[in-house]
Amino acid sequence: MNFVAPDFMPVLPELFMLTMACLVLVIDVFLEQRQRHITYGLAQLTLLGAALLTLATYAHAPVTTMFGHYIKDAMGDLLKLFIYLASAAVFLYSRDYLQRRDLFKGEYYVLGLFGVLGMMIMVSAHSLLSVYLGLELLSLSLYALVALDRDSPVASEAAMKYFVLGSLASGMLLYGISMIYGATGSVDLQVVSDAVAKQGANNLVLVFGLVFLVVGLSFKLGAVPFHMWLPDVYQGAPTSVTLYIGSAPKLAAFALMMRVLVDGLGTLQGDWQQMLIILSALSIALGNLVAIVQTNIKRMLAYSTISHVGFLLLGILAGSPEGYAAAMFYAIVYVLMAVGAFGVVIMLGRAGFEAENIDDFKGLNDRSPWLAFLMLVIMMSMAGVPFLAGFYAKWMVLQAVVNIGLVWLALFGVVFSVVGAFYYLRVVKCLYFDKPEQSEPIQISLDTEIAISANGLLLVALGLYPTALMTWCATALLN
Amino acid sequence: MLPELPLLSFVIWFPILGGVAVLFVGDDNPGRARTLALTVAILSFLISLPLYTLFDPATAAMQFQEFAPWIPAFTVNYHLGVDGFSMPLILLTAFMTVLVIIAGWEVVQYRVAQYMAAFLIMEGLMIGVFAALDALLFYVFFEAMLIPMFLIIGIWGGPRRVYATIKFFLYTFIGSVFMLIALIYMYNQANSFEILDFHKLPLSMTEQVWIFFAFVLGFSVKVPMWPVHTWLPDAHVEAPTGGSVILAAITLKIGGYGFLRFALPITPDAANLLDWLIIALSLIAVVYIGLVALIQQDMKKLIAYSSIAHMGFVTLGFFIVFGLYRNTGSLSGAAMGIEGGMVQMVSHGFISGALFLCVGVLYDRLHSRQIKDYGGVVNTMPVFAAFMVLFAMANSGLPGTSGFVGEFLVILSSFKANFWIAFLAATTLILGAAYTLWLVKRVIFGEIGNSHVAELKDANTREIVMLSLLAAAVLLLGLWPDPLTSVMHATVDNLLQHVTVTKL
Repeated sequence: MNFVAPDFMPVLPELFMLTMACLVLVIDVFLEQRQRHITYGLAQLTLLGAALLTLATYAHAPVTTMFGHYIKDAMGDLLKLFIYLASAAVFLYSRDYLQRRDLFKGEYYVLGLFGVLGMMIMVSAHSLLSVYLGLELLSLSLYALVALDRDSPVASEAAMKYFVLGSLASGMLLYGISMIYGATGSVDLQVVSDAVAKQGANNLVLVFGLVFLVVGLSFKLGAVPFHMWLPDVYQGAPTSVTLYIGSAPKLAAFALMMRVLVDGLGTLQGDWQQMLIILSALSIALGNLVAIVQTNIKRMLAYSTISHVGFLLLGILAGSPEGYAAAMFYAIVYVLMAVGAFGVVIMLGRAGFEAENIDDFKGLNDRSPWLAFLMLVIMMSMAGVPFLAGFYAKWMVLQAVVNIGLVWLALFGVVFSVVGAFYYLRVVKCLYFDKPEQSEPIQISLDTEIAISANGLLLVALGLYPTALMTWCATALLN
Repeated sequence: MLPELPLLSFVIWFPILGGVAVLFVGDDNPGRARTLALTVAILSFLISLPLYTLFDPATAAMQFQEFAPWIPAFTVNYHLGVDGFSMPLILLTAFMTVLVIIAGWEVVQYRVAQYMAAFLIMEGLMIGVFAALDALLFYVFFEAMLIPMFLIIGIWGGPRRVYATIKFFLYTFIGSVFMLIALIYMYNQANSFEILDFHKLPLSMTEQVWIFFAFVLGFSVKVPMWPVHTWLPDAHVEAPTGGSVILAAITLKIGGYGFLRFALPITPDAANLLDWLIIALSLIAVVYIGLVALIQQDMKKLIAYSSIAHMGFVTLGFFIVFGLYRNTGSLSGAAMGIEGGMVQMVSHGFISGALFLCVGVLYDRLHSRQIKDYGGVVNTMPVFAAFMVLFAMANSGLPGTSGFVGEFLVILSSFKANFWIAFLAATTLILGAAYTLWLVKRVIFGEIGNSHVAELKDANTREIVMLSLLAAAVLLLGLWPDPLTSVMHATVDNLLQHVTVTKL
């Protein structure tokens, strides 16, 4: 039997990431605590290197490799670039936070890098097997990250909950994969797609497999009614980990949806569209309603995530190129907002104090007008108020939904986005209308401040001129 | 003549950038922030003047147009232009912002730079609303306006400011999101977001009715019309003086403008079918809200309710045209209603702004807005009292002031449509006079109410300057409305020709 070596060029960034993650792990062992910033620097360099490699090999036409298990295309590369960007911001924002809490360990960065690798595999997966591989690599890194603060009972509880529910979801996903395999005889998404097209949508096993797949994916995405883990994990995990979970993985999850549902099971669109309508409507409603009563900002942002996932699903369920582009734009903009929001939360914390409650934001305008302004921008962008990027994201998915005739769903979405505006406004109220309850100065290192400013101003810039990013998304999906 | 200059872009973005510059001056430097803000506001007003002098009143076409692709994927364009409706409102905005900056000069001591910057940015966004010819661009400006106003009421407002400002934000937001869906729906039909393309878009009656309701929801909250007016008294009472002035003088006009720009021309058949509804709501605003104003104890609340009643006249004037046209079949008669509504909008901008400034002047001295805390102010503040009486007369529609012109035109056109509508509308002359003059009687005249009033100092130069500017505007428009009406004749005729042709 001949072994033909696959083409390794398309997976160069992944190989680089893997090597560097292992290298960072080894080097970190030999470092003393005061030298830990070398680990941090290496992690950032790894992301930069991977970004350069991805840019250098940017795919203009799709290439499959690894015997069809892997695909490199423009959508994947664009998403990967934003995954690096978001992860770099996450590492930067978390640095001071971790240092102040004696959590500044190599594990955070090693696990973070492995998580990024998992996301890269998810984004580029072209078979159900690599889908599962990437997802598990990411999830296992996340479980460990949530429990990073070993002595915190809340974090351990959250990790446990996450692990149990996450495993359940993985089980569902695997069960679905096995049914699809049974019905089509392959895990390669291309073959699956061809086989499904041939047999049509009436195969019961196939539809059952699809249901399990959608359930598994919804778990990972955090769509209602599979969202139970999300608020607890967001609240329980150290804020630096919440920041990580809340940002780049959403891009990977979006890619996963695209690969499995659109590329693999596009023929069954009529079936999954129905399911996504329900998931999306429930997520938008529940996320926005429950967020209103939260007093913990991490928990509030968790519910806001759920509602944003609902909006993102609106774009996918539209099932048109326009809708996919809208969902992709939404995912990218959402990640920029989430990184910024949790970033501000992290920066307000000090040694021995977590700025976890919405009340901790009171009077921020008096303590730091610039930080208050950035938070204002992020909150208003999340609420979907224009001249900020979040508005265009909402507008595009709504447009996609109206375009396929689901006007009622668009109306449903906008009504709940008004409900949602309330809790974002409440944060702004604390920022600007209340008097500060604390007078401790906010310590932010210069590089972090530059990054969070760039983050906030990017939302304004995208709001004034969203065309560039929209075009990238649309062209990336065309290939 | 420099027709190539992107004049409208200047008028929109100069105050916004100026506001950002004021923000960078910072709150530690209040003196410099004030001077810079005033300079920016005056310069913006001066830049906006050529819009009037170079305006060609003979044509209904959009003027000073600017066009650039903005989001080509959805054929959204950065398309600006003005006609006889929007141009006067842009000037009004630029003018009122100057006054607001002056009004906040010494009064605002907390976070001066942010205060001034918020108003300048607000000015740019409001002008953007009036100048946008692309529906999405309009919507973007329309919504973006909420942020500065939300902050203005919330930061510098009274004790119940948080409740008031969140109510204001959510009311307006829920009204406008439905409009967004309507706009998206029409985009899918027309493949363009151009407002002028929407005007030509054929729509079935069912579609028109739905879209019409979406517009009514969006704009009636802004106007505000009964029964979605309840945010206004709260917002006005809690807002700082400047915020009340801008709310009353400009943002309410955006609702009226929206009816002219969107609801009437895009859904003429639905408007024709449902004009009774809007007319009924307007009459309720005129009569019922007029009665409500009568019993108010708080000066700002009284003026807020009087604003609702006066804006009822505006919507009445806009929608009376259908009945008028059905009755008389003549377009020229119908034009009177719309022109009356427009004059009423501009005039109400001046008068309500002036009255809120007057209340602000009193409030700065006694820190009370309750009518019972005043009395006999004329004895200690004669100059101020003269101004306040003038504006009160204008508010009750005294001939010779701008308040009379708009109301008279609207009542006259209602009379041609239906006697009873005109009858109910005319009650405003009684009600308006009643609540305004009673207010004046209790606050200005009579014996000196208490020791605080006895110690009042008369208006200072700054206050006299801003009140005289408004007094001049009110009298000029009242005695000689032609400069305003002449620029909109062509636009009104064009609108009527459009509205009276069915789209079915």
